[in-house]
Amino acid sequence: MPDVQAYKTTERRGETFSYLPPMTPDRMRQQIAYLIAQGWNPAIEHTEPERSFSSFWYLWKLPFFGERSVEKILSELEACRRANPAHHVRLLGYDNYTQSQGTAFIVYRAGAR
Amino acid sequence: MAEKSYQAGVKDYRKTYWTPDYVPLDTDLLAVFKIVAQAGVPREEAAAAVAAESSTGTWTTVWTDLLTDLDYYKGRAYRIEPVPGDNTAFYAFIAYPLDLFEEGSVVNVLTSLVGNVFGFKAVRSLRLEDLRFPLAYVKTCGGPPNGIQMERDRLNKYGRPLLGCTIKPKLGLSAKNYGRAVYECLRGGLDFTKDDENINSQPFMRWHHRFEFVMEAVRKAEEETGERKGHYLNCTAPTPEEMYKRAEFAKSLGAPIIMHDFLTAGFTANTGLANWCRENGMLLHIHRAMHAVLDRNPYHGIHFRVLTKCLRLSGGDHLHSGTVVGKLEGDREATLGWVDMMREPFIPENRTRGIFFDQDWGSMPGVMPVASGGIHVWHMPALTAIFGDDACFQFGGGTLGHPWGNAAGAHANRVALEACVEARNQGRPVEREGREILGEAAQHSPELKIAMETWKEIKFEFDTVDKLDVVNA
Repeated sequence: MPDVQAYKTTERRGETFSYLPPMTPDRMRQQIAYLIAQGWNPAIEHTEPERSFSSFWYLWKLPFFGERSVEKILSELEACRRANPAHHVRLLGYDNYTQSQGTAFIVYRAGAR
Repeated sequence: MAEKSYQAGVKDYRKTYWTPDYVPLDTDLLAVFKIVAQAGVPREEAAAAVAAESSTGTWTTVWTDLLTDLDYYKGRAYRIEPVPGDNTAFYAFIAYPLDLFEEGSVVNVLTSLVGNVFGFKAVRSLRLEDLRFPLAYVKTCGGPPNGIQMERDRLNKYGRPLLGCTIKPKLGLSAKNYGRAVYECLRGGLDFTKDDENINSQPFMRWHHRFEFVMEAVRKAEEETGERKGHYLNCTAPTPEEMYKRAEFAKSLGAPIIMHDFLTAGFTANTGLANWCRENGMLLHIHRAMHAVLDRNPYHGIHFRVLTKCLRLSGGDHLHSGTVVGKLEGDREATLGWVDMMREPFIPENRTRGIFFDQDWGSMPGVMPVASGGIHVWHMPALTAIFGDDACFQFGGGTLGHPWGNAAGAHANRVALEACVEARNQGRPVEREGREILGEAAQHSPELKIAMETWKEIKFEFDTVDKLDVVNA
């Protein structure tokens, strides 16, 4: 029998990019730039971790319609996190053509540094 | 009209059914057949014969022809074209009036168009290459019960392709052992697992036993990961009554998705199940067993792009599309053609992808293409580049064959997928830099690292049997 490594106790995940290392500001900037370049409207949501299974998280302010500045979105993410340090914070891109979200991923996980 | 008189006997089809001056109506259903005529039969006559036999004609004149307005109801062969690089075959374009077909019935369309005519003596071989469904007809069909956007909203999965896995061995596992395999895959990071198509309800694992253990596995993986999960519970059954019984039980267990084989079970069953799914908030995964019998021979049968259109009308939220890169047949351009046909609202004529007609789907939802068969982590960069986000990649052996088991295999695939998506969003050429992207991701994932070592050498480089006909420059 070859060496088999035991798979760890299942961890809580958060959909897209949650199997990669936590986002750094630089990686975040690149994903925000992509979201904006697709013509999607950035929006920020947050929730208590225990309620993260719901479709509806708290919406932070309103979606940032037409916002083109990566730094502005980054500062809003940071502001949302400061106001809700115990919450997950995610970024999403509203696609008004499909009436869905082009992307959504957790930027800050509750409990992470 | 009254000036016509009845003359018994056989007359050339082309006198009635070859109408090269005809301009098709927006409401006509258009078809293009690839025909090899019998020796000595002129192309116009063979095309007209196909138009006749697939619409109003029979082999001889009958007096009751004169009781109706056949000029209104007849199919018309309106164009023939050479097949590039092949002087034995030609394309015949035929227009059928809308009133020849029952509303919302793919069954009726196929019974006419690929019915008796395929055994007809005047043609040596016949293949239905493409169909244009008029928007007026599309609007009479139910289509996908949910569509891609609804699926994403239900499952909370955005900005990336979905990941699945078919549970193996495909036959012989008990329900509890099968549920174990499901649980391991889902807790490791997959979105879906899938019943193999020939898993229905055999003596080794009856369907209700499977459904119960599988749904326990799905719920547990959801609780542990905090992500939504599903397993395509195969409801394909010997009778429609049994099919609905299985679907109802899946619903009672809280399953988000069920599965059906649309060709072996037939379009009547499929359309019925799609309607049931629409009314019951259930996603519908469609498998395509038997398709290669119909679509693989370049001179006979029905092209897969036609089967794709028929399925989108009949209803399904997922459909297997081929992978381009794995073990099964699939020419890249042709595959991209029918992938567009599943997902897009309007697909223009594009001969380089084998698409003969503009197709307008109106507001009908799209179908998620499923790439499955012989794929593993090394294929992830190409799959991401070829399919984009709106697709489901299914790694069977490429998950279960991981040296550390299903959970590690699933984890490896999920890391590889997310690394490719992140790199693509950063503007990197994912296919060209695939090796670097996966290598970087593997630095923080031992599961991916060993998967890459395990499957490094596997290649699938057989030539495609059914290539697109060479297009004239």
